[in-house]
Amino acid sequence: MYSVFNYFFMFVTKTFKAIGRYCLFMKSVISVPDKWKVFFRRTGSEIYKLGIDSIPLVVIISLFIGAVITIQMQINIESPIIPAYAVGLATRDIVLLEFSSSILCLILAGKVGSSIASEIGTMRVTEQIDALDIMGVNSANYLVFPKVIGFLIYIPVLCVMSMFTSIVGGWIIAQFTDIISVSRYVYGLQAFFTEWYVWYGLIKCLVFSVIITTVASFEGYYVDGGSIEVGKASTRAVVNSSILILLFDVILTKLLLQ
Amino acid sequence: MIEVKNVTKAFDGKTVLHDVSCTFDTGKTNLIIGQSGSGKTVLMKSIVGLVRPDVGHIFFDGRDRLTMSGKQIKELRKEIGMLFQGSALFDSETVMANVMFPLVMFSDMSHAEMVDRANFCLERVNLKGQGNKYPSEISGGMQKRVAIARAIALNPKYLFCDEPNSGLDPKTSILIDELLSDITHEYNITTIINTHDMNSVLGIGENIVFLNRGHVDWIGNMDQLASSTNESLIDFVFATKLFREVRDYQLAHRN
Repeated sequence: MYSVFNYFFMFVTKTFKAIGRYCLFMKSVISVPDKWKVFFRRTGSEIYKLGIDSIPLVVIISLFIGAVITIQMQINIESPIIPAYAVGLATRDIVLLEFSSSILCLILAGKVGSSIASEIGTMRVTEQIDALDIMGVNSANYLVFPKVIGFLIYIPVLCVMSMFTSIVGGWIIAQFTDIISVSRYVYGLQAFFTEWYVWYGLIKCLVFSVIITTVASFEGYYVDGGSIEVGKASTRAVVNSSILILLFDVILTKLLLQ
Repeated sequence: MIEVKNVTKAFDGKTVLHDVSCTFDTGKTNLIIGQSGSGKTVLMKSIVGLVRPDVGHIFFDGRDRLTMSGKQIKELRKEIGMLFQGSALFDSETVMANVMFPLVMFSDMSHAEMVDRANFCLERVNLKGQGNKYPSEISGGMQKRVAIARAIALNPKYLFCDEPNSGLDPKTSILIDELLSDITHEYNITTIINTHDMNSVLGIGENIVFLNRGHVDWIGNMDQLASSTNESLIDFVFATKLFREVRDYQLAHRN
């Protein structure tokens, strides 16, 4: 009994310490850059590395998931009392409400989060961050702020791209199989459309992008040790950002949809 | 000149530096030597500001770093160049971009002026024409020289080198030592080198601080080493048969 209590107490203490450290880290990150010109150049580079480089992954995954959702909807809601266009409608709403925001960001937490944590972690263990600090550069701001802003700028593009590609994936299934006609699928896509769902998805993506970049950067920035620790930090970055994405998914859904 | 006064530092209750006091002169190559775990790295990190001492003062030409405001520390750091053990070059940037980095961040030079200055620094470390390569494309010795070029780009008043010869062959080590010594004298820099390399100690040790278990055990220069009666120092510096023979020769030659 004592050991369970002790373990719980240690867990709570460790969590609060990490939250405190994260807040101090974010205080360093969100400050005026030493040189705006350098900041804008780095932000452009991060948009390319984190955003544009993710396009193939987003397109491929969205295309296939859109197709799968359409097939599964057709199988599961096949009933004489449910109109056939409901397949298109359900596919659209699943994509807009959950897939192209939450699930997409969970996937990007794996790709972008691990990349950021390992990049910054490697810089820490090879003393590159110490070198920046010694020179008088605010290393947290220099390294992390452009990533946060770059990904924040580009995530809506990836989100909209995912929405569009997923729906195209469903359309391909309608076009090339006989499970639903294209006209009914397209009618379903247009039926009872709620514009707010698109904004809801975009707002979630913006919040999740900040979670992905800051949590991954935080894990990488405080790596202590060698290459094994960098690997562990990369794993922690993905796990912690995924958990936070799911937590904030619930909070944002409650706030924005009810 | 850098003065360290009564610096003490402990980690988790274990005292690593005990009341350390020493002076590092301007225009000289100042060496911190000692066995592994003697506190050399902690002393250097305390001086540059990566570690905050529990007690004591560190004066940079009369300015106490430990009582400076954040803004003053930032200004001081622009006067500091540092060469790390692993060079710490930015992997994703070219050699030229690495050397230009401090200029881009802290100078008001035009791009052309920055390129000129970076080329001058690269030329000074005998790396002319290597600017377009990436750190991964050059040897360890060349990486160290790029790091030196980056460290001197802003004309620092203080240069810190953490084991500059680690991982280098003896010939390259001597080249790096000579380069550091030349730069120190040429630009009148206060250079502090943390080293294990006895060739460096005997070759460029104009002011040597010997740390033993966190205490300053001996202060002197390379000419005073052989005649020292400090047993810990003699055991450490003249540990190999070759170096013992060198010492015997020096003593005999002097007498």
